[in-house]
Amino acid sequence: MSKLGNIGARLHRGEISYDFIGHRKLWYGISILITITAILGLAVRGLNMGIDFQGGAVFTTEKTSVSVSQAEDYAKEASGHDAVVQKLGNGTLRIQIAGMDTQQSDEIKNKLASDFKVDPEKIAADLVGPSWGDQIANKAWQGLAIFMVLVVIYLAIAFEWRMAIAALVALIHDITITVGIYALVGFEVTPGTVIGLLTILGYSLYDTVVVFDSLKEQTKDITKQNRWTYSDIANRSINGTLVRSINTTVVALLPVAGLLFIGGGFLGAGTLNDISLSLFVGLAAGAYSSIFIATPLVADLKEQEPAMKALKKRVLAKRAQAEAEEEFADARGDAVDDDEPEDTGHAVVGPRTQPASRGRGRGRPSGKRR
Amino acid sequence: MAAPKRGRSASAQSKPGRALALILIAIVALTGGMFLSGHTTPRLGIDLAGGTSITLEAKADQGSAINKANMDTAVEIMNRRVNGLGVSEAEVQTQGDRNIIVNIPKGTNSKEARDQVGTTAKLYFRPVLAQDATGVAAATPSPSASGSSKASPSPSASKSGTGEKATSSSSPSASATSQGRAVTDALKADSTPSASASASGSPSPSASATGGTGTSASDAKLQAQYAALDCSKQAQRNKAGEGAKPTETTVGCGEFNGVWYKYLLGPAAVAGTEVKKAQAVFDTQTAAGWQVTMTFNSKGASKFADITGKLAQNTQPLNEFGIVLDGQVVSSPTVSSSITGGNAQISGSFTQEEAQSLANMLSYGALPLSFQEQSVTTVTAALGGEQLHAGLLAGAIGLALVVIYLVAYYRGLSVVAMASLLVSAILTYVIMALLGPAIGFALNLPAVCGAIVAIGITADSFIVYFERIRDEIREGRSLRPAVERAWPRARRTILVSDFVSFLAAAVLFIVTVGKVQGFAFTLGLTTVLDVVVVFFFTKPLMTLLARRKFFASGSKWSGLDPKSLGAKPPLRRTRRPAAPAHTKEA
Repeated sequence: MSKLGNIGARLHRGEISYDFIGHRKLWYGISILITITAILGLAVRGLNMGIDFQGGAVFTTEKTSVSVSQAEDYAKEASGHDAVVQKLGNGTLRIQIAGMDTQQSDEIKNKLASDFKVDPEKIAADLVGPSWGDQIANKAWQGLAIFMVLVVIYLAIAFEWRMAIAALVALIHDITITVGIYALVGFEVTPGTVIGLLTILGYSLYDTVVVFDSLKEQTKDITKQNRWTYSDIANRSINGTLVRSINTTVVALLPVAGLLFIGGGFLGAGTLNDISLSLFVGLAAGAYSSIFIATPLVADLKEQEPAMKALKKRVLAKRAQAEAEEEFADARGDAVDDDEPEDTGHAVVGPRTQPASRGRGRGRPSGKRR
Repeated sequence: MAAPKRGRSASAQSKPGRALALILIAIVALTGGMFLSGHTTPRLGIDLAGGTSITLEAKADQGSAINKANMDTAVEIMNRRVNGLGVSEAEVQTQGDRNIIVNIPKGTNSKEARDQVGTTAKLYFRPVLAQDATGVAAATPSPSASGSSKASPSPSASKSGTGEKATSSSSPSASATSQGRAVTDALKADSTPSASASASGSPSPSASATGGTGTSASDAKLQAQYAALDCSKQAQRNKAGEGAKPTETTVGCGEFNGVWYKYLLGPAAVAGTEVKKAQAVFDTQTAAGWQVTMTFNSKGASKFADITGKLAQNTQPLNEFGIVLDGQVVSSPTVSSSITGGNAQISGSFTQEEAQSLANMLSYGALPLSFQEQSVTTVTAALGGEQLHAGLLAGAIGLALVVIYLVAYYRGLSVVAMASLLVSAILTYVIMALLGPAIGFALNLPAVCGAIVAIGITADSFIVYFERIRDEIREGRSLRPAVERAWPRARRTILVSDFVSFLAAAVLFIVTVGKVQGFAFTLGLTTVLDVVVVFFFTKPLMTLLARRKFFASGSKWSGLDPKSLGAKPPLRRTRRPAAPAHTKEA
């Protein structure tokens, strides 16, 4: 722990920090790339909608000794799709398979009959409609729209409109990536997937808000000083909450990863894959976007403000002056150090001066000065 | 952040013990309640526990064909009906061309659900053209037969004559009325003295509202039908008014105070589809029992004002309108003045369930087709049991990893985190178990996943707080002030971010139906519990632990060791020669 604790301490003091804001173009680029891939995947491969959404075929057997899990295997083999098998009260099996038309269902019926070693006539085949009706979907969309509007209003009041926009962008980013990866992997979309997406929506915003809360706190009196620009402070704020972000993400992801990799991979709990995949991708994307997308976006928007522009000007002027002084003498104290205007190459910088007078939350800003 | 100084002494001294005791009492009480109520496990959703599967077959009906559009509409409406009573998470889907399957999770009142899905719920407000008591209370069917069969033919013939005359001209017909009254009176004296006054006939001038009845040929046929109708007989009741189009005059039966009345009813003035919202209410003022109040949409409201205005000018029984549900007259209130504003009540001798179920059906509309129950059978869970167990095992392994991570990172503090998670888990489980029967909450796979993600959100609250404490320690504070100083800031973060989650849950819960609603409930519950646990458990526990030597002295294993946290020494550090590394790019 001491090692991790040390990293935490050094992050806290600003001895090490990653320049999230400075490298934002890189991360924007990566995100745009992933998002485009996701959209392409969605456009080309489309979503593989499950039986709850598009209906399919239902086969009802006669009373049989074949077990449910055996029947599942048979049905999957015969159709290539995941099947839902239920035992009915009278000992018969109900097998539902997504996306079948009459012709396909006849073929599968025959295959199933030979697997079950019964006469095909004894298996009743029928087409079923979707159980997840338009009604449920429409209501969900409606709820989503209302929620989005309310949350933007809330964030605009509790924080400010720039943060509301950034949070929304991060949210759309997360959802797009998750849906896109779903399309690429080709898992069937079930009601569980949709619920998973909704969960992500909540989590993505939650995580963004935690990061924004620290940002808001740190930038409270920003115009009363001329040492740091908004971007500097935003960067420091991300670094300050980095340990929390990592820990939370690890704790949130571990159970889901357990479901996805151990459950789906080794134990053969395939039915949980749909939910756990959407959760895993979504949670990871949610944590990533809060730090790499949402906060830099706020900084970008904020730097457009006249007050922030003026601040930046003052800060840069002061730094230029300090730098000039430093060339002659080893200036100390309030000369915020030696940073040069463009320091794009360095992600992690070493320990630096730590004037004692500085209070908490005034730890070293990150490397980049602009 | 000005508060901590004052808050420190106050909250550190007295509060923690009390808050901890409070939450422990809550846990014990809730757990006790759970065992007392006998619902020790949450009700499981149909995907986890199976349930009942009902197959309904559409019957060919007059005026509506069995086609895809109608079937889809029926599925939509059934879906809303079964899920309308709460978070019951039933599934409705079409099978083949004319069947609808309704799957209801185990533990739901499947009889009620069956009544709900299959009822057509076609509701019309029709002006009453004629009305007669037939037979006696359903409770005493045997003696009624003779009385009614003798009595009904004669008055009803003359009655319908009244009706006919009334539509064509406006002449009152005294003879018919007296005859009708005589019989009614006789009947009343004969069988049910307590029958209400609404059955008595009186001179009836015509009402324009009753105009528009069909040709005399069909009228005559209807009169014969009305004359022959004996509502005290179940078979006749069921056939009365069957297949009637809303635009036609029809006959119908209704029960009031145990007496069956037959009605001749004009064309529908307002339809149930024009009801915007319906609600079951208990009428405490007039002690009329359970009623259903309705709000019409604007079109319905103006039609309703129109018809009531016309009816109010008439005398009984022509000032009544029949509220006809699936061919049966559920009530026939008299109208004394035009009712504007688009509100109406249906009163009948409803039980609470009947009223709620009727309100539910009215709110969600009438089925375009009638359905017949074909089979009812149990179904096993849609998710294979073995797979589910594998999934749970995997989830448990994931949780174990979380514990290992927490211990590795937070050491002593991880005890606080795990205890808080445990408290949170117990509360979630108990409340879910209690709410299963209370609001029809069913724990399904999506809900389980919601709960798994909740682990992250709940743990985040502790992590935010712990990191704040550690930051304070790094500033050189000792543990006790650090715990108190860190709290207000962590608290704000937790509240602000949990509010977002709660907002999502609340909106989705109110707006959506079915599975999404179930998920929203889980999310909302875990979010609220997160706040409760952090406020009443984690924080007080931290305050208490901060007094323990193990933590306060910053033991190496406490996770709060100032040294390993890199607490800032009081003295200024010397400048390290790191600067050149940065300037190289200048």
